[in-house]
Amino acid sequence: MRFELANILVFLSLAVGFLLVTLTLGKLLRPSTPDHNKNMIYECGEVPIGQAWFNFNPRFYIVALVFLIFDVEVAFTWPVARVFKSFVRSGEGALAFAELAVFVVILVVGLAYVWVKGDLEWLKQIVHDDNREPVPGASRSEPVTAPKEAA
Amino acid sequence: MDFISMITPEALVFFGLATLAVAGALGVALASNILYSGFALMATLGGVAGLYLFIGLDFLGIAQLLIYVGGILVLILFAVLLTNRIGAVNVTNVSAPRALGGAGALGLLGLLTHVAVKTDWVLTTPVSTPTTARIGDAFLREYLLPFEVASIVLLMSLVGAMVIARRAVRDRPLPPVQGATAPVDGAERLL
Repeated sequence: MRFELANILVFLSLAVGFLLVTLTLGKLLRPSTPDHNKNMIYECGEVPIGQAWFNFNPRFYIVALVFLIFDVEVAFTWPVARVFKSFVRSGEGALAFAELAVFVVILVVGLAYVWVKGDLEWLKQIVHDDNREPVPGASRSEPVTAPKEAA
Repeated sequence: MDFISMITPEALVFFGLATLAVAGALGVALASNILYSGFALMATLGGVAGLYLFIGLDFLGIAQLLIYVGGILVLILFAVLLTNRIGAVNVTNVSAPRALGGAGALGLLGLLTHVAVKTDWVLTTPVSTPTTARIGDAFLREYLLPFEVASIVLLMSLVGAMVIARRAVRDRPLPPVQGATAPVDGAERLL
């Protein structure tokens, strides 16, 4: 058991070591001639707008909450998946499947709940205004005010 | 036993993992930027997961990685990124004088050292067989009811978290992009 884990450790050390060695070697070998364009944040070739430090869409938090619940579900399901084949071999496969199905179905109720309630829908507040005039400082798609502290 | 003979591969792995966890904890406490504190927490949680694996607890170690590093840490980082001007919080609590705080810290250090020295530590051998299969077996047999109840608990926490978080998210207008020089349309808000 620990031998297998030692394997993981070797792979981990190799991965970290490979990164460290190549990055350090590159830093030592390459010429350093920074200029404005090179120092710009890389946004897939686009000129970045504004700062990187702004409030992200709070909907990410909702999705992260849902994700966390199903993350825990995976942690519960995985030991069962580990022994499922041995249950099938001993003729108790249907029982194990039913037990796991009850577990999953209860959580699917939760998924249905957030789906029906519209928590998974993205960007409800944004109105698609294709005919918005492209004047600087012109109307944004929704009133922008300072976010409430209580929110 | 001389010092050199104590440097076994196991000791190296243990102290490496322990250093990772403690260094991460120091980073959480000392980083001036709360986002960096969040990233330093990753080292701590990962180091603890490594320690679990080190004593042969495969399920606990992987669950720690899966849930804490992969889930809760992401939630914490999102919370930092979503909070408005979190770096400019006006701390209104009066901080304790440095002498008082130092005395408290030293007292706690002394107490913990005393406990660590006085405790009769029991040495256990590492678990030598994988635990995941046994846990799965227990889930499907003697602990079936707790297993299914765990699902209901998860469902309740999901619904409860949604009821609380949904109102906060819906009532809140989308934040303006600070420092924007061009009109910002919906596409950029997706970021």
